[in-house]
Amino acid sequence: MMTPEPSLFLSSPLGRELTQATLSQELMAQPHWQGRYRILMKLGNRMAKLAPELQQAAAAVAGCESATWLYHYQQAGRHYFLADSDSRIVRGLLVLVLAAANGRSAEQLAQLDLAAWFAQLGLADHLSPSRSNGLNAVVEAILQRGG
Amino acid sequence: MLSPCRMLRALSPNHLRSESTMSFDVDALRSQFPALAQEGLVYLDNAATSQKPQVVLDAMAQFYAQDNANVHRGAHRLSARATRAFEGARHTLAKFINAPASEALIFTRGTTEAMNLLANSLGAMVLGPGDTVLVDEWAHHASIVPWQQAALRAGATLLPIPLGRDGRLDLAAYERLLADQPKVVVLTQISNALGARAPLGSWLPMARAAGAITIIDGAQSVAHDVIDVQALGCDFFAFSGHKMYGPTGIGVLWGRRDLLDAMPPYQFGGEMIHQVSFNQSSFNQLPFKFEAGTPAIAEAIGLAAAAQWLQGQDRQALIAHETALLEYARLRLSELDGITLYSAFEDNAGALAFNVDGEHHQDVGVWLDQAGIAIRCGHHCCQPLMAALAVKGTCRLSVAAYNCRDEIDRFIAALTDYVEFLYDDA
Repeated sequence: MMTPEPSLFLSSPLGRELTQATLSQELMAQPHWQGRYRILMKLGNRMAKLAPELQQAAAAVAGCESATWLYHYQQAGRHYFLADSDSRIVRGLLVLVLAAANGRSAEQLAQLDLAAWFAQLGLADHLSPSRSNGLNAVVEAILQRGG
Repeated sequence: MLSPCRMLRALSPNHLRSESTMSFDVDALRSQFPALAQEGLVYLDNAATSQKPQVVLDAMAQFYAQDNANVHRGAHRLSARATRAFEGARHTLAKFINAPASEALIFTRGTTEAMNLLANSLGAMVLGPGDTVLVDEWAHHASIVPWQQAALRAGATLLPIPLGRDGRLDLAAYERLLADQPKVVVLTQISNALGARAPLGSWLPMARAAGAITIIDGAQSVAHDVIDVQALGCDFFAFSGHKMYGPTGIGVLWGRRDLLDAMPPYQFGGEMIHQVSFNQSSFNQLPFKFEAGTPAIAEAIGLAAAAQWLQGQDRQALIAHETALLEYARLRLSELDGITLYSAFEDNAGALAFNVDGEHHQDVGVWLDQAGIAIRCGHHCCQPLMAALAVKGTCRLSVAAYNCRDEIDRFIAALTDYVEFLYDDA
């Protein structure tokens, strides 16, 4: 399978400039979940798209209604991810998850409580395993590959 | 909170002009559905499943509270009452679709099980190497896959009746396919994904003239049309309870009696046998031959209650109301920029399929859900149709008799909001 260059993983702003803390601040500045949800829908604009040749079946996350691709790279005990989707909401979600997960150690990833974070943001309803849209599958895949 | 619907005078389309003076109180109808009383919900996913009126819930609760026993076997009064209610349900449903005899009405878990029963049993009886089976291209997977597998077992071929460029089933292609004298023709009366209709009035006689056995998937039509299997002139008709205001887990297969008598059993077990030894068994008569095991008794009773409830309504007024709603939704959608409609014809029933250009159907669905609007987004169990339309999926709005124009307005407002939000670069 063709994979992205390591430099692509390491230069991602997610987890460096765009962190869980900065995103929390930005989202929680919205008094209503509707406002947070609107930000989420456009959050994907801040993440580079994967090149067309990397949008390949071998990298697809199973269980998603949308086409979603995920790549994982490990260096010096730290985990890096690149991802993309043809769905806005999934791209927004990927920005959140990768901002929290990128560049972390396996130990840090294991301690990451994304469910609690999404609940705090008022977005938990969209990530429950019972939703058929498969948003949960993306989160699972990221945590598994980093595990 | 009370329903958002106001008193609504049904707009009458041309073919129902004689009903144009009829008034229809959507609020009164709606108030019979407990699930619709919850605040902020606009339920436009009726092609997936409809909500249930109180009379259906009551019929099922009463069965469990007072009459619960197994059917056809007990020597006691409860079993006699349960059997009477269950067989009464069969009789009610036979009348509901104008079947000539209730023995030819088999309870199934739904349309899917009915199609599996037919493909396994009828398929084994009539299909041989080199034979063909025709299924329309907008068919549900439940119509396609059982016959695909039956064809594989028999060395036969399953062929699609394609969609034409106008978005309707292609008559010329159908004529060519019929020339090969298919053994079986499966037609979807109303497409679940599109709401479009198959022209059964002319297509069923054509299939019969070609010598084919005809099967109608009535899963969608049963909620929107008055069904008369004798007037249709099909050999088999299948439908599900839960799309016609009835319970889940129950449906009906009606069929031509001589064919059902000749067909081998589909499942084996209790109820369906006549005599059993370890060497051999003989089988019960219709309909029990095809109803192995304890049936879904409460669900059958609930389905009969739904049929009686529907028959107690002014069906023509309901049809006129639903047609007007769908027409209204189609007009409002076509006024918006950047919306593609699929096979959205004037005679559609129940459903409208669309996409927001350049947007993933899932994003539209999640957005509408935020506004409390329930529609379905995906492939609608019609992947061959999605391939024919060259889309990954669609958004589908689907109406029932209890929906109203206010709800369509709220749907359009939320969709407009979505499109405006996308162009707002703040």
